[in-house]
Amino acid sequence: MTTIPTPASRAPAAAFIFKKALISALVALVLFSLMIGIRTEAGPSGQLIYWTRFGDLAAMVGIVFGGSIVVELLRQWWGPVGTVRIVPPQMQSALAVAGRLVAPLLLIFAFLVPVIFYDQRYILDLGILVLTYVMLGWGLNVVVGLAGLLDLGYVAFYAVGAYSYALLATNFGWSFWVCLPLAGILAAFWGVLLGFPVLRLRGDYLAIVTLAFGEIIRLVIINWQSLTGGPNGVSGIPRPTLFGIPLTPGPNGLAAKLGIEFSPTHRIVFLFYLILALALLTNWVTIRLRRLPIGRAWEALREDEVACRALGINITTTKLTAFATGAMFGGFAGAFFATRQGFISPESFTFQESALVLAIVVLGGMGSQLGVALAALTMIGGFELFRGLEQYRMLVFGLAMVLLMIWRPRGLIGHRAPTVFLRHAQTISSDLVKEGHG
Amino acid sequence: MDYFAQQVINGVVLGSIYGLIAIGYTMVYGIVGMINFAHGDIFMIGGFIALISFLILVSLGLTFVPVILLIVLLVSMAITALYGWTVERIAYRPLRHSFRLAPMLSAIGMSFVLSNYSQVAQGARVKPVPPIITGGYTLLDSNGFVVRLSNVQIVVVITTIVLLAIFTWLVSRTRLGRDMRACEQDQTMAALLGVDVDRTISMTFVIGAALAAVAGMMYLLYYGLVDFYMGFVAGIKAFTAAVLGGIGSLPGAMLGGLLIGLIETLWSAYFSVEYKDVAAFSILIIVLIFLPTGLLGRPEVEKV
Repeated sequence: MTTIPTPASRAPAAAFIFKKALISALVALVLFSLMIGIRTEAGPSGQLIYWTRFGDLAAMVGIVFGGSIVVELLRQWWGPVGTVRIVPPQMQSALAVAGRLVAPLLLIFAFLVPVIFYDQRYILDLGILVLTYVMLGWGLNVVVGLAGLLDLGYVAFYAVGAYSYALLATNFGWSFWVCLPLAGILAAFWGVLLGFPVLRLRGDYLAIVTLAFGEIIRLVIINWQSLTGGPNGVSGIPRPTLFGIPLTPGPNGLAAKLGIEFSPTHRIVFLFYLILALALLTNWVTIRLRRLPIGRAWEALREDEVACRALGINITTTKLTAFATGAMFGGFAGAFFATRQGFISPESFTFQESALVLAIVVLGGMGSQLGVALAALTMIGGFELFRGLEQYRMLVFGLAMVLLMIWRPRGLIGHRAPTVFLRHAQTISSDLVKEGHG
Repeated sequence: MDYFAQQVINGVVLGSIYGLIAIGYTMVYGIVGMINFAHGDIFMIGGFIALISFLILVSLGLTFVPVILLIVLLVSMAITALYGWTVERIAYRPLRHSFRLAPMLSAIGMSFVLSNYSQVAQGARVKPVPPIITGGYTLLDSNGFVVRLSNVQIVVVITTIVLLAIFTWLVSRTRLGRDMRACEQDQTMAALLGVDVDRTISMTFVIGAALAAVAGMMYLLYYGLVDFYMGFVAGIKAFTAAVLGGIGSLPGAMLGGLLIGLIETLWSAYFSVEYKDVAAFSILIIVLIFLPTGLLGRPEVEKV
């Protein structure tokens, strides 16, 4: 794999590593000195009090010292950046076969989850959560992965969908199945509304404007109390029905009609299959769209906007359809979220959610459907592992995002090769091209 | 009229704070071409460090306020600058030649790291401090409505002006400033002519963070509280200020900051407090769409 350092070259390397670790530890000492060494808190009389935590400080500095030695050793072992590791051909083909099998196996497993884990409500709930994020990820993937438009306000469409269903259902008593398309259409409408002004923006400016848009929607929801209930949210949102048949214990319920004993798990299983169907719909539509001219246009836009325009592709419709399609799926997911929770409040639609979905898309490799699904599974599963350490969750999430960008900026499982390419694919592979200013 | 005068004073003070943060955004954007998303959180860290060092100095028995303020200022500038340096070193430098959106995403991650780090380290509750600088002057007293200029406001504005003067001198007269301007124009060419590009970029982050620390301290003095979440909104508003003034332009950042401060204060005073953030974000969108180069910025030519 890599060359083993000879004993002669090892001694200066050790000194170098030690020196580097020492500097890191010193920097850490200064950085953490006040923030960790001293803890402040408002005392009983409102006056601020503080106490020292030098033990924690020493531990942190020690961790940084040890950590930087480990990182440096790993870096030496790993070889210089850009080293190409050659995988044996047999292994390559084996990997390819395994890669082809992952998606169908995952799908079959997803279908079987409610059967296998019928008695374990926790796993079913977790499955629903993961699938919700898979769906959001696939929706955002249309905007970010395919069209290359960095959208930091995706949660706004999720919110629009959720509030559309919640308000229509609680105020007019409309059923979930009527509201679901409406939520999607409304979200798509907002997507176009956002799309129009940002047509001319690219890259980071676009990102910031979408972020501002997401925050505006959230602030309006918080402040428009007469409509949305403000920070208290909307409660008593009706549960979904199986095309009009409620999943309740009464005589009109599904259980009674089928002649089986009622169990609250039925509803969970139903929700699971509902979100699975919605997510698969998203996936199917995306895959089909990729084969249509509009999908090709999205990918062209992602690779290079100026060249795209020079080739006569209508940038306006391309961008707007991308925003609208992504937003529509966000709206569907939002409506599902509202009906699952039965209660929604602006707290569910913060920037952190947008960043989480974006991280899923990035982790999944921006454009790969399977990658996004696996990334959602990893991310939400990882969050669940940290459930006991609630306050460290976002800290670890942020760190993971930074490390991911440094280590694998194109995503873990990612490939973003265009769906079609000229015969000499290797010479124009998207990995060799600089990011288009999308 | 008196009400308006009072609001203008408040707006200028708030605008000075935004302007100091905005300089960090605009410098980094000018040189590296990325939005340093974590800059708002650097500002928050600056506020926290000012708070903690203030507490320690008071408990050590120092009572002479100007000395306390000076020490707090220097300590928070120094430590926060190190934070800025570390963030650049860890999260941005390895990505300098990565694809275009990578630094932005890494910066978002860093922003989460910083805000949650301070939540974990210092708790989620708001930290209040008693007013450190008290007193002030009554400028106008008519019909019972008093226009006041408090000493805190004077300190904030004067500190800002002094720092801006030092900073302008640094950028226009020193070797470092010249290197920075060279890197802004053409990094490769600057490197060929013997400018240490890595060091210059690091210094840009250090200076930006130091100014953000000053803003954090001013915020602490003016509002008397800090919390771990304050960096996000303040950061976006300061970024709006930088864009409004023309990103990459230093006087523009200050001008934009003042304008955003004034708009926010006047909006809260005459329309609604609830929607003041909506107003700021809307301005960001409107400016980017209709005036993407800002007030004092140069148009950006795009090449294939």
